[in-house]
Order: sequence, then structure tokens, then C-alpha cells
Amino acid sequence: MSESYEPIIIGFLCNWCSYRAADLAGTARLRYAPNMRPIRVMCSGRVEPEMVVNALAQGADGVIIAGCHPGECHYIEGNLKTYRRYAMLQQLLQQFGIEPERVQILWASASEGPLLAEAVDRMTATLRELGPLQWHKVVVGGYNHHEAHETSAVAEVTSVKEVR
Amino acid sequence: MKRISIDPITRLEGHGKIEIFLDEDGEVANVYFQIPELRGFEQFCVGRPAEEMPRITNRICGVCPEAHHLASTKALDALFHIEPAPVVKKLREMFYSAFFVTDHTTHFYALGGPDFVMGPDAPAADRNILGVVHKVGLEIGKQVIDCRQRNHHVIQLLGGRGVHPVAGLPGGWSRSISEDERAEIEGIARQNVSFAQFSLKLFEDIVLGNPGYVELIVSDTFTHRTYSMGTVDKQNHVNFYDGMIRVVDPDGTEFVKYEPRQYSHHIAEHVEPWTYLKFPYLKQVGWKGFIDGSDSGVYCATPLSRLNTADGMATPGAQEFYEKMFTTLGSRKINGRYQPIHYRLATHWARLIELLYAAERMLELATDTEITDPNVRPVVTEVPIEGVGSVEAPRGTLTHHYWTDENGILTKVNMIVGTTNNYAPIAMSIKKAAQTLIKKGTVITNGLLNRVEMAFRSYDPCFGCATHSLPGQMPLEIKIRDVHGELVEVLQQFYG
Amino acid sequence: MPENGKPKFAMYWAASCGGCEIAVINIGAHILDVDAVFDIAFWPVAADFKYDDVRGYSDGYIDLCLFNGAIRNSENEEIALLLRKKSKILVAFGSCSATGGIPALANLTSNDRILHTVFLSNPSLDNPEQILPQPSFHVEEGDLHLPTLYPSVRSLSDIVDVDYTIPGCPPESHQIWAVLEAIVSALQSGSPLPPKGAVIGAGQVAVCDECTLEKNEKKIRKFYRPYEIKPQPGLCLLEQGLVCMGPATRSGCGALCPKVEMGCRGCYGPLEGVEDQGLRMLSAISSVIAMGKPGEPESQIHREVSEAVKTLADPAGTFYRFGMAKSTLKRSRGAGNSRPPKGEA
Repeated sequence: MSESYEPIIIGFLCNWCSYRAADLAGTARLRYAPNMRPIRVMCSGRVEPEMVVNALAQGADGVIIAGCHPGECHYIEGNLKTYRRYAMLQQLLQQFGIEPERVQILWASASEGPLLAEAVDRMTATLRELGPLQWHKVVVGGYNHHEAHETSAVAEVTSVKEVR
Repeated sequence: MKRISIDPITRLEGHGKIEIFLDEDGEVANVYFQIPELRGFEQFCVGRPAEEMPRITNRICGVCPEAHHLASTKALDALFHIEPAPVVKKLREMFYSAFFVTDHTTHFYALGGPDFVMGPDAPAADRNILGVVHKVGLEIGKQVIDCRQRNHHVIQLLGGRGVHPVAGLPGGWSRSISEDERAEIEGIARQNVSFAQFSLKLFEDIVLGNPGYVELIVSDTFTHRTYSMGTVDKQNHVNFYDGMIRVVDPDGTEFVKYEPRQYSHHIAEHVEPWTYLKFPYLKQVGWKGFIDGSDSGVYCATPLSRLNTADGMATPGAQEFYEKMFTTLGSRKINGRYQPIHYRLATHWARLIELLYAAERMLELATDTEITDPNVRPVVTEVPIEGVGSVEAPRGTLTHHYWTDENGILTKVNMIVGTTNNYAPIAMSIKKAAQTLIKKGTVITNGLLNRVEMAFRSYDPCFGCATHSLPGQMPLEIKIRDVHGELVEVLQQFYG
Repeated sequence: MPENGKPKFAMYWAASCGGCEIAVINIGAHILDVDAVFDIAFWPVAADFKYDDVRGYSDGYIDLCLFNGAIRNSENEEIALLLRKKSKILVAFGSCSATGGIPALANLTSNDRILHTVFLSNPSLDNPEQILPQPSFHVEEGDLHLPTLYPSVRSLSDIVDVDYTIPGCPPESHQIWAVLEAIVSALQSGSPLPPKGAVIGAGQVAVCDECTLEKNEKKIRKFYRPYEIKPQPGLCLLEQGLVCMGPATRSGCGALCPKVEMGCRGCYGPLEGVEDQGLRMLSAISSVIAMGKPGEPESQIHREVSEAVKTLADPAGTFYRFGMAKSTLKRSRGAGNSRPPKGEA
């Protein structure tokens, strides 16, 4: 929860609406948190759960999926499919102990540059408060001590904390 | 102190090791029977939907998944306040009878039996089912194989899969049977009855007909006087699927009889730091250590215990052999019931008597007119809270206890599993066998150590079952050091 | 061990249930064919060889080793490494060794909670001194050791190089025999073995392909628990709102569970090319939820979809029922989905 950590947000932005919103925020020189790394996809419906989870497992602190408003999807229903997957993924991630604020979905049309910028600002602030996820180090890193046999390691119990 | 390790124990289900300590005189100072495995079902099932438990708890044991499947399904009946229709109970019990036939067959011929058929001192490489087939001949070997195959076929027909069945539902079963299927099952049940009778005859010829083996069976080495536990029906006859849990003292007097849901008033579990498995004992008597007698809360739940606990068998063929076993082994009738037999190796005989009962019971159910009723899958509407389900697993009384939230998601799970009931008696049996067999100057041979293992085999242990629980390793910090003592890695618990 | 030139067979169980052993024995009379070809070198359920016997074998002495069970503790790992060394062909046999299996559901909870449940709060417990099993404990006669538990459950391939994988919980007996037959043929007449790393004894398509239930377009409005409705016989379970992992599960079992009107739970593991089975299922099943339509107000869409999604109980434990060790996230952080004991926050 230190102030000095910079949250890493991976943003999946759809080509027709939300990516253009990000572009607009850029050309309008809006000042907003630089923490989102944008990735352009043709439709938010392209976003598979694996993309979101891989991002979290490999060092991202949060993920934004941004698409067109329902009813405005270039491919008619792509964003609705995304929403259904997103809703189910949220339920699953909670069971893994990942806070719901770390994965967010946003509808932003091409003209809504400021909306996108504000959303990124808010998410960055929230992630600062939640603290870094560091899944790759804390969870995955400790998971597999494959190297153990190569160093002929011996596991030694050094302390037993009492559970109250 | 010199130490002999038997690691791992073999011809049973599950993991275990026996550590025998010898003093300077070469006598056995002590024996520790450690269970090194555990997986954690009681905790990792929390958060799962209750109705998934028959399919999850199957995997406590792949040798007796049918037992867990039914104990779990019965716990769901109680949890969802739904009384299964008669056809559902009969289908479940018929399914369970087929399972008992194949499981007891497997134990006698593949796990415990080879010690008798091949002899305890036979070369290790021959002391197994394949050795048995070579010795008794392909004809008999094929009969054993056929018995298993046809009963696993019934299990798959009724339960969906041959190993890890799936059909159990609260108050129901996912499929009913047609008349053709019923007729097929009836035919198989008849074959089972013949095979059971054949197996009992084989036991008489090979075991009872061998004075050396009889001496082994009645020897003090493999004898322990403890309480016995089993499930009985309203006539106090053995029933595997349903009934009251009854306990008799070493002399055969009824100690207690209770509804399965009262189990926690009667059973408590003792802990030792050198094993991952706990030792259940009778609460009202108390834990006095690993000792025999009516003052010790140690009790046994095996086929022999079930026969000791009951007043008789519910089917005629099995009843005949029941009487034969008790009278042959010198038991007298007191107050109308046979006194318990405490020769642990006689469990092999009791198991075959149960095999016959299971076959006869299967035939009774397969010829029941209600068994093809199609209404087996009710819709459940009650809000779940808490439920206990209990059956006799081949290895002992099995109890599942679930608590859920109002959505039927598990909040707490407790299970007392078949072999766990027997952990203390098994430990005692192993120790006594070692102490009797290993004396000053005894040459420790492979056969001798096998005889020590024979002490547990009669219990047909299932330590996968027993070690469902995960005592966790404790909230720990583990530092991994390489051979030079350099710190390689630190593993920590993730504190919730 | 007699030196008779017969190939050597081994089968071992790590954190397992014995179901794989029974599945092998259930190949029926074929077990005699196996006996004719192989000598058993190590198989604790059936034969009396001990760990020291295996340690005494030369490297590669065992021709075929079927390794089932997950890697839960140090003994599982030690024997996995030992058997890798002593075996020519090492097979990850069954769901537990392939993808973690049921024991890997422990990766969704924490050891703190587990300890509390089993040794401190279990209702039948008698443990006033709060005794815990110790990896090393000194008794009067000497020291007793127990394997150390690792924080997470892992698959066999997380520990050692695996030659083949046979999926299933357990693998179906007819599939087991098909594989053994092929290996026997390779050993005796030199016919080629499958490429190293292959998944064998299973199909290349989804369970849906083997399932005989009638399939139409799926438009799920809500999910039902298996006891909430009586399914229409002969019709796809998923279409009726009953969760079935068929679309994301490898074929090979014959779709046995749907045959008795119970949904597949994914024990044959992910399809070819997929490692994280759970997310594939999540995507497949979510995409066909029919709630939320274009034109509806956003808040209504959000609400309808959220409500529909919540009718699916326990997504993590369902989608990853057998595959937690191969999930991308590997394990939960903290308590995950388990509830704290009563009285605790």
C-alpha cells in the first residue's frame, strides 16, 4: 500500500469506440494517469478470459476492458458477450482472492475521451489503495520449486506461528 | 536403538509406514505405525455446492467410492429434508450390494488373500494376485476376474461409471432401470451367490484345512479384545446401507445403539504428533492409550466387528456361515447371541460371509417388483441447513456430516471414515505382531516382516479414506537450503 | 527381481485415491496379458516391493511406469524424482498427476484455514493440547518423520519430465488397455510409440462429440442446480441450464456422465492445445447466456446478466474441478472462497 508503487493497468480497447476515445484523449492533451498500457482489439468481444487472467498472472495490477455502449457495437452483440464473460470472470476471480476492483469493464464511445481518462484515473487511485497484486512473484513464484531437486535442497522448518 | 522400517506398507489402499525399534537385546521396544498422507477434503470442500459432494468425496477413495457416494447422498437427503422414495433406496442398496461383492472379492483374492494362498513366506515377487492365479489355476483366476467385471458393469449401469459413480442426488438417483436391465442384474446376482459360496469353500479348503494357518488365526499374536461397531437393521442384522449404529463390548453386551446423526456424542478423535491420521475412540469410555479391554475406548469397525455387533445375518446362506464361523472358532451363545470373536485374522472369513450376504441381498433387490419404478429423480425445494449420512463401508462405519448456507453451499464438513475407526486397533495389531514375532536372536527375513504386515491386512485398510483430512501443515515458514546450507527459497503460508 | 529379460512395469500413487489402480485392474482378463509380457517391479497396491527395492534398481530399469496422484508433499515429490530416474517411460496417469485433480482443490483454500478446521475446530476432536503433526518428532526410542506438506498441490509435469499423459478420473479401462496394448506392441515388435509428450488413451475432440444427447442452439437464461429440475431425457443438459463441462473437456470417456443425465465435470482434462481448462469453459458457457439484449438500458443489461451469472454455483470449483494445478493463477491468494470459522471476521 505504499504511495510509491505505480499500478500497472492493461487496457483492452476496442477499435471502433474505446480505442478512438483514448486517441481523442490524446489529441485533446487530457492529463490523466499514464498507468494504462492500451492494447487495441477489433471488438471487446475479442477479449477472452485468458487475456485478462494472463495479464494479472504476469504482473498487471488491474485490467480494463473497454468497448462500445450496448446497442452500438460494430459487430452488434460482441460487447454483450464480453459483459457476460466479464460477469462470470468476476465471480471466479473473487474465489481466487482477487478483488473485483482489479478487473473493470467500461463502455466508452469514440467521442468520450474524458470519460475514458477519468475511468483510468479512478482505477489507478483504487489500485494504489489496494496495493500491488504481484501475482507472478507472490503466488506463481512460490508455487513451483522445480529447482529444489537440482540443488539437493532440504526443507527445514524454522518457525511455527500459532493460530489463534 | 536399531530400527527396522517397512516403507511403504503394501497390498492395501493408501500410504503408511511401520517403524520398529529394537532394544539392545534385540527385543521390540516399540512400534509406530505412521500415516504420511493427507489431502484436506474437509476443508477444500468448503465453498463447494453440497450436491457435488457425492462426486467429489468419491475421490477420497477409488477403491470404495461407492461408499462415499452413498454416505454423501444420504447426507444430502438429510440436508435437503427429503425422504427418498422406496425405489430410490432399493436402487441405491442394490448398487451398493454389487459394490460389496466386487470389493470383498478384490480384497480376499488380491490384497489379503495372497498371504494365505501363497503363504506368508513366499517370495515377495509371488505374493500377489498374479501369484495366486498361477497357483490356484487360470480357471479360478478367471472366475475372480469375471466376478469383478460383471459387478463393475452393474455399478456402471446403475451409477454411470465403473469407478467414481455419479448418480446420487438428494432424495433421488439420476436414472431408473428397465425390465431388461433388471433381468440382467438378477442374472449377475445369481452368479455372485455361486461365486460367494465357492469362495467360502476355497477358504475352508486352503485356510481352515491348513492346521498351520488355523494356529495363526487363533494365536494370541493376532488377537485383541476391543469393542466392536457396526450398522444393524431393526432385527439387529447386518445392513450395509442403512440402520442404527451399534457398539458391543468385548464380551458381547450391547454398549450403545444410536442414530448416525448422534455420532459426535459417542465418538471423539485423539491426536498424536507423529502421524497425520487421528485415532477415534468411544467418548463414554475414554482414551486410555493403545490397549485392549472394556476400559479402553478403542473400538473396531471391520467385517468381523459387524458380525460381532449384529445378532445375525439377514439372508439364509450368510446366516448359515455366520453360525459356522462363530461355533468353529469356539464362540458360545450368551443371552441368545454369540460372544464376539477377537481373532483379527478371522476377519478374512467374516469378509467372505459378508460377500455371500451382499450377493443374496443383491438378488433380493433385483427381484423386487418396485425396482423398475421410473420415478427416481424428485425436484428438491427445501432450504438446506445440516445433514448427516452414514453407511457401512467395507472397511468400517462411514459418516459424512455437512453444513451449508441457505444456497446449499458448504460452510463446514466433517467425516469419520471407515478405516479411521480402526487406526488404533491396527496400530495395536501391528505392534503385538512385531513384539511376538521378533525376539532376541530372531533373524529378520522378508517373510517375517510380511507377517507383521499381515496384522494390518485383515482390516482391509483404506488409508486414502482415512486421510481425507488435511491437518495442514500448520502455519509455517519453510526455508529451503541447498547442500551448502545456503538459503534457496522461502515458502510462506498466505494468511487469509 | 529375476533377470529374465521381461520388460518391467511399475505403478505408483502419490496424493491419490486408488481409483486409477482399480481402473487398471478393471481391464479384466487383459491383466493376464499384461502379466505375460511384464514383470511387476513396483506396485504398492498389489505387490510387496518397497521403496528400498526401487532405490536399488539401475536407472531406466523400469520400462513403463504409470504414475498417478498429485504432488502434495515431499514424499510424493521424492518418489516422483526417483521413479523418473528409474523409468524409461514415465506416464502421468489420471487427472491428479496430469492436472492436479480433486486434491488440487486445496489450492483454493489456505493452510491456515485447513489447520484450524482439522485440528482445532472439528466437532469430533479431542485435542486440548492443540497438538499438530510434526515433520519430525522425537519419541523415547528415536526420531519419527513425516513428509512435509507443500503450500500448493502440483501436477507431475511440474516436477519432472513426463513422456505421456493418460487423462481421466480415472482413465476408462478400455482406454487403458488400448494404451497398454500399443506399448506392448512397441516393446515386442518395435511398432512406433506416439510422439513424446502426447496425450494418449483419449480423443482429440470435445466430450460433446461423443455425447448422444440432442443438441440445439444454446440460450441459457439461468443455471439450475442438478436437484432443482428434472431434466428432459435425451436433451442436452447445458441447454436446460444444467452445468456440463462437455464443451471444454477432452473426449475419450464415452460421455458417461451425461448418459445418466448428470453433467460432465471435466475429468478428462482440457482439449488439445489448451492448458487452462477452466477459462475455456468460462468463456464457452458465458457466451451462451441469453440475458441482456441490445436496446435494453445498460443498467438493466448489467443487472440481468449479473443475476443469471450468479445462478451458477461455485464457478472456480466447477470449472477447475480437476485442473487447478494447470490453471493460470495456480492457486488462490489468502482464504480464497473458504469461509472463516464462526466468530472470526
